[in-house]
Amino acid sequence: MARKESKVGEGQRLKTALQWLIALAALSSSWQALADWSALNMTKGVTAISREVYDLHMLIFTICVVIGVLVFGVMIWSMLVHRKSLGHEPATFSHSTKLEYAWTIIPIFILIGMAVPATSTLRDMYDASGADIDIEVRGYQWKWQYTYLSDDPTQEVKFISSLLTPPDEYYNRTPKREHYLSDVDNPLVIPINKRVRFLITSNDVIHSWWVPDFAVKKDAIPGFVHEAWAVVEEPGIYRGKCTELCGKDHGFMPIVVKAVEQAEYESWLAMKQQEALQVYETVGKTWTMAELMETGEQVYAQACQSCHQANGQGIPPAFPSLVGQGLAIGPVDAHIDIVVNGKAGSAMQAFAAQLNPAEIAAVVTYERNAWGNNVGDLVQPRAVNALISSEE
Amino acid sequence: MSAVIENHHDDHHHGPDKGLMRWVLTTNHKDIGTLYLWFSFAMFLTGGCMALVIRAELFQPGLQLVVPEFFNQMTTMHGLIMVFGAVMPAFVGLANWLVPMMIGAPDMALPRMNNYSFWILPFAFSMLLSTLFMEGGAPNFGWTFYAPLSTEYAPPSVTFFIFAVHLMGISSIMGSINVVVTILNLRAPGMRLMDMPLFVWTWLITAYLLIAVMPVLAGVVTMMLMDIHFGTAFFSAGGGGDPVLFQHVFWFFGHPEVYIMILPAFGIVSAIIPTFARKKLFGYDSMVYATASIAFLSFIVWAHHMFTVGMPIAGELYFMYATMLIAVPTGVKVFNWAATMWQGSMTFETPMLFAVAFVILFTIGGLSGLMLSIVPADFQYHDTYFVVAHFHYVLVPGSIFSIMAAAYYWLPKWTGNMYDETLGKTHFWLSFVGVNVTFFPQHFIGLAGMPRRYPDYALQFADWNMVSSVGAFIFGFSQLLFLFIVIKCIMGGKKATDEVWEGAEGLEWTIASPAPYHTFSTPPPELPERSMA
Repeated sequence: MARKESKVGEGQRLKTALQWLIALAALSSSWQALADWSALNMTKGVTAISREVYDLHMLIFTICVVIGVLVFGVMIWSMLVHRKSLGHEPATFSHSTKLEYAWTIIPIFILIGMAVPATSTLRDMYDASGADIDIEVRGYQWKWQYTYLSDDPTQEVKFISSLLTPPDEYYNRTPKREHYLSDVDNPLVIPINKRVRFLITSNDVIHSWWVPDFAVKKDAIPGFVHEAWAVVEEPGIYRGKCTELCGKDHGFMPIVVKAVEQAEYESWLAMKQQEALQVYETVGKTWTMAELMETGEQVYAQACQSCHQANGQGIPPAFPSLVGQGLAIGPVDAHIDIVVNGKAGSAMQAFAAQLNPAEIAAVVTYERNAWGNNVGDLVQPRAVNALISSEE
Repeated sequence: MSAVIENHHDDHHHGPDKGLMRWVLTTNHKDIGTLYLWFSFAMFLTGGCMALVIRAELFQPGLQLVVPEFFNQMTTMHGLIMVFGAVMPAFVGLANWLVPMMIGAPDMALPRMNNYSFWILPFAFSMLLSTLFMEGGAPNFGWTFYAPLSTEYAPPSVTFFIFAVHLMGISSIMGSINVVVTILNLRAPGMRLMDMPLFVWTWLITAYLLIAVMPVLAGVVTMMLMDIHFGTAFFSAGGGGDPVLFQHVFWFFGHPEVYIMILPAFGIVSAIIPTFARKKLFGYDSMVYATASIAFLSFIVWAHHMFTVGMPIAGELYFMYATMLIAVPTGVKVFNWAATMWQGSMTFETPMLFAVAFVILFTIGGLSGLMLSIVPADFQYHDTYFVVAHFHYVLVPGSIFSIMAAAYYWLPKWTGNMYDETLGKTHFWLSFVGVNVTFFPQHFIGLAGMPRRYPDYALQFADWNMVSSVGAFIFGFSQLLFLFIVIKCIMGGKKATDEVWEGAEGLEWTIASPAPYHTFSTPPPELPERSMA
């Protein structure tokens, strides 16, 4: 009698389980249609490699889901049916060598099935030969510097790319706009259908340069250069992030890559080279106080503010205050020197590699005359240039 | 007050001392186990509060509650406290309580050292927590403390962090030596190694892992100390060193560490599932071999945490293949648990609920781990929330659920009272829902491209971050219910029988409930069934 009852219970439970399953399937399919797929899954990207990686991801994911459904299915079935409350008597078996062999060997074959495509994709990713363009990607706390390498040093284009979103937005003082925390002042520009090689390194701590659409993620390590490459097939704007904890503004140094047609790329590059030439000329001219202060404020916002803060107060002890103390009101040569060469063993970087002499002169002047620091002197770009040249 | 030498007296004469000094001077494995468990719970709540600060900040885009500097201190301290303060001491506490009772030993083999290993911990963690109040703040470089962020660019408190890690290492090494010596020397006569309960087996293997890798951790933090204060350049490229060397040494410790936090959990679940399925554990021998295989593999896969550092392709391929192999013994364990449940006669008291949830959710974490081993795909997953989801699935519904399961399972033996079953089940379901609502969406956030250790994020990640934060608060606050249940159980409740659970097997169920202060002063006359086989 008890046995019969348990059979009835079993049938009932099976039916309930099936109903649940159907309901869940219906729910998930409608939900899938509603949900934005890109908010849930890996991007397919815009390179042949990124699509290969996506396919590989979907393959392993599917295998994992199938394994999960089988194993959990057995467990759930067992939990619904093999219950004491249904009068199920415990079996007495406790080992089976055949089964143990089976569930050791079958997974090995599944793993080999995953390893083969993974190996071939990895080999493709690691072959960075035959590059059309070489770009050095250099991580700084907390921005990126891009240098278009060229055999002719006068043709070399170099610029800093940093976050465009103003602090007002992330401190919730103004509404957050589109591309919040994902936009930069100077995006990296590359041509489509060209093999672009990225030579990735860092100036301070370890960063990691990640553009999901290219399936490129490589750590930027001080003292070492690692390479990655991409052939982008569609023009567009692709956004990435720093993915290695690099200090306080780790979340505030996005990457933007603009992929354009070859002709547009060439005219952009020519423009950049022209700009570099102009900067060279401005170093020679004599600047007024107003000009220096205006440029200085902009440079400060871009290069200094994240540590020393907009009000110059810094975040002691890591980032000292510049107001009414220290080098900012001390000897001007030492002030220029610390901006140019940085300070060893601290977070203060050598800005000679990031800023041109005019910008350094302007920012030093600004720091000496802002926030009530009324030192009154002004620094000319040629003085900075002289210091840098004398060191070289 | 040593009771061990006075074996001609009756056990009952040797109750504990009175007052605070009982706990300070105790050499009793049960007292020390209790100390470890309460300490670990206190750290669990402390680390949990930090997790809630993180999740509260991430509830919405923008910086609402904390500044990025403090956010980084929270992620760092949360990780350190949960790993070294909550999970590891909880397992040591369980080992203290259970290993002697399971093998029929009167106490741990080295009782005085046992006292030292515990009492180092409060000092180590006071030191670590005190850094929060120092100028420059607490360590802010992540629990993995990669150089040079943790050396040249670290806050001054890093030195205190290094000393705290040294102390934790000494504590762990002493604790694990004690476990090894106890298991190898104090087993009841007639109990062979292959007769031992799996919890004892997994702890024996875990203890060897600890002895092998804690000195490596001590080495790497000492190298940091030298770099910071004594002018060496192990991890500084400018002085001829290599920042990546840090990661190799760290993960040579770090990967076995991951298994240190899961192998004892395997032992716990292997005890609980057979009890409530009323059926012997399926494949005991293969469980032992699988555990040993996992432990061995844990030493040769460390660089799978570093696929993006630019290793040569041969290195990437080797570490990928070796890592994939771990799926085989881990799979064997999961299949064995499923086969133990199959055709059983199951009931679902709270320990069983936690144990079954462990198997299912740990397996989800294991499967995402398999995905992470595939190098090309890992380039997209690495250092995103997908990784955060993965390791929290193996640590929270993995390690933590197993500890909860163990607490409910052995609490009646420890206190002599049954816990409140209705409240226990409520605690389980709240935790189960909370944990999944917290961590499942993090898979999506990661795949969609949100890196980990970000105090703020782009708008497309807003929805799932909000869901995840809601889950975290559900999970966090339900642990207060656990505290209430445990205190209620200690204070009183339905008296537990000696066997406690209908299907329970093992020496610990042959002694009275609550377990007397001294047990097995003479070896047990009879060993349970497995030992007779």
